[in-house]
Amino acid sequence: MSERVFLKGNEAIARAALAAGMRCYFGYPITPQNDIPELLSAELPKAGGEFVQAESEVAAANMLLGAAACGVRAMTTSSSPGISLMQEAISYMAGSELPGVIVNMNRGGPGLGDIGPSQGDYYQSTRGGGHGDYRTLVLAPGTVQEAYDLTMLAFDLAFHYRNPVIVLGDAILGQMKEPVTPHAPARTADPEAASWCLEGAVGRPGRIIKSLFLEDGALAGQNTRLAAKYQAMEAEIRAEQFLVEDAELVVVAYGSIGRIAKSTVRKLRNAGHRVGLVRPITLFPFPSAMLRALADQGKRFLTIEHNLGQMVDDVRLAIRTVADSAFHGHLPGNLPTPNDFEAPILAALGADH
Amino acid sequence: MQEIRVTNYPEVLVDRPTHYCPGCQHGIAHRLVAEALTDLGVVDKTIAVSSIGCSVFLYNYLNLDTVEAPHGRAPAVATGVKRARPDAVVFTYQGDGDLASIGMAEIMHCANRGERVTVIFVNNTVYGMTGGQMAPTTLVGQKTTTCPGGRCLEREGAPIRMSEIIASLGGTTYCERVAVNTVKNVLGAKKAIRKAFQYQLDGKGFSFVEVLATCPTNWRMTPVAANERVATEMIPYFPLGTFKDIAATEGA
Repeated sequence: MSERVFLKGNEAIARAALAAGMRCYFGYPITPQNDIPELLSAELPKAGGEFVQAESEVAAANMLLGAAACGVRAMTTSSSPGISLMQEAISYMAGSELPGVIVNMNRGGPGLGDIGPSQGDYYQSTRGGGHGDYRTLVLAPGTVQEAYDLTMLAFDLAFHYRNPVIVLGDAILGQMKEPVTPHAPARTADPEAASWCLEGAVGRPGRIIKSLFLEDGALAGQNTRLAAKYQAMEAEIRAEQFLVEDAELVVVAYGSIGRIAKSTVRKLRNAGHRVGLVRPITLFPFPSAMLRALADQGKRFLTIEHNLGQMVDDVRLAIRTVADSAFHGHLPGNLPTPNDFEAPILAALGADH
Repeated sequence: MQEIRVTNYPEVLVDRPTHYCPGCQHGIAHRLVAEALTDLGVVDKTIAVSSIGCSVFLYNYLNLDTVEAPHGRAPAVATGVKRARPDAVVFTYQGDGDLASIGMAEIMHCANRGERVTVIFVNNTVYGMTGGQMAPTTLVGQKTTTCPGGRCLEREGAPIRMSEIIASLGGTTYCERVAVNTVKNVLGAKKAIRKAFQYQLDGKGFSFVEVLATCPTNWRMTPVAANERVATEMIPYFPLGTFKDIAATEGA
């Protein structure tokens, strides 16, 4: 399993899901993630799984809900407008405590937007997205290898927490080709699901998987339990730190933009500027404590995103001040290069640099 | 006084009073589903998909593994369940608003794919749980809280005949419309529901039973008058009968 293969980000996600023991995939075509259903339509049946091209993203996400209720590893993938249509089912899955993996290869919005990369779905991913008081774990890969690794991890986390997990990539990551080292997953099945999943009530009372809690206090009890679960997810916080120890300015950026920003930081370091990078890998839960600790050392911050400013809210909440926290937004429609981030980073460092 | 049961009682049907209004026929439909699953000996391998509306609480009355679907999405949820557990007997239980309005896309494509699931469609021509609003199946002239002057053909269109549409789809193997307003019709409904599940067990494809039912509360009628309305107004527009039976065609 250690041989390196050259894969597009979308292909890496599909291959990781196969390796992770995914049994059911439901999807609907939308650019720029179509390589995923195309690959799985050929490979999943060979592996003994079920591939369904749904009639809509609405149906695909509800098929995911049904398969998840049976305790099997299942996934759907889409891109921004399609993810909006899936929010109904994602809310129901969170309310019903069902595990499922949802991949969003973020494109430009709002509305039909464009088919280029963007990070405009940060709020939708990290704030619940659908109706009600809930969260989903959000994993944001920055490389094709990470897309492989985090998709695999998403299945484990979905079942561990009995909660939907979102893998938030973008059109850059989906279409980019890089060497990947495939590997075996930590788990491919979730035997503990046998304690709650639907299989037919064999010699026991029927199990009910639902999100309706009408009795006095029942929903309060459910939502209190969910809150405790979201709190426990803090054990999953992941982030990359790069040259932050002696940095005056910490750039905060995730996903593809985090990777491009890293190139800029490396270049400016070589030019003698004291700049570092934090790249959040889990967007919910957010690496707030790490940023807070850096803020306590007197560092200043610049958040760079491929949008008008969304994650910057979480950065500012983490450091509890906006005074030393700048923002640079790169608008969708074209790809930033490392050079594009030089001027905003130098501006945030201050005139003396 | 000792309670004496005059009929046998399928074990899967939970012995508790329902929340349904007096004269509502969900209770009869529930029992027919329970009897069919019991007769076929498949209770232990059945997974129910409950939907939105009065019948969302199906799981309180049938002792089955059950998952609750969002409004209209039960056929998509059932697709996911069946694909994950191909050996399970999977059915949805949906009302007219759920299936023929918000869930129109899901039911059409589930049937057309020939998913090996069974759909029990309870049509009472009105939205029950939300308080009696117009449904896609509301009859022309029928008054509801959102068509207080009566459904108008020119303004609101014609009531949708789902069985006729479902029968036209390639993946449907069995489609029948029944009623439960007379003893004879109840017996016919029982036969149809059992047959629909048998088709699923035989791996034949999608099976569909439309059950015409009453909603005395939202029809503003007594249960007796509501029952009579099924015969005088509903059945003439929604004729009973088998609209598709792939086995009958094969045998011919």
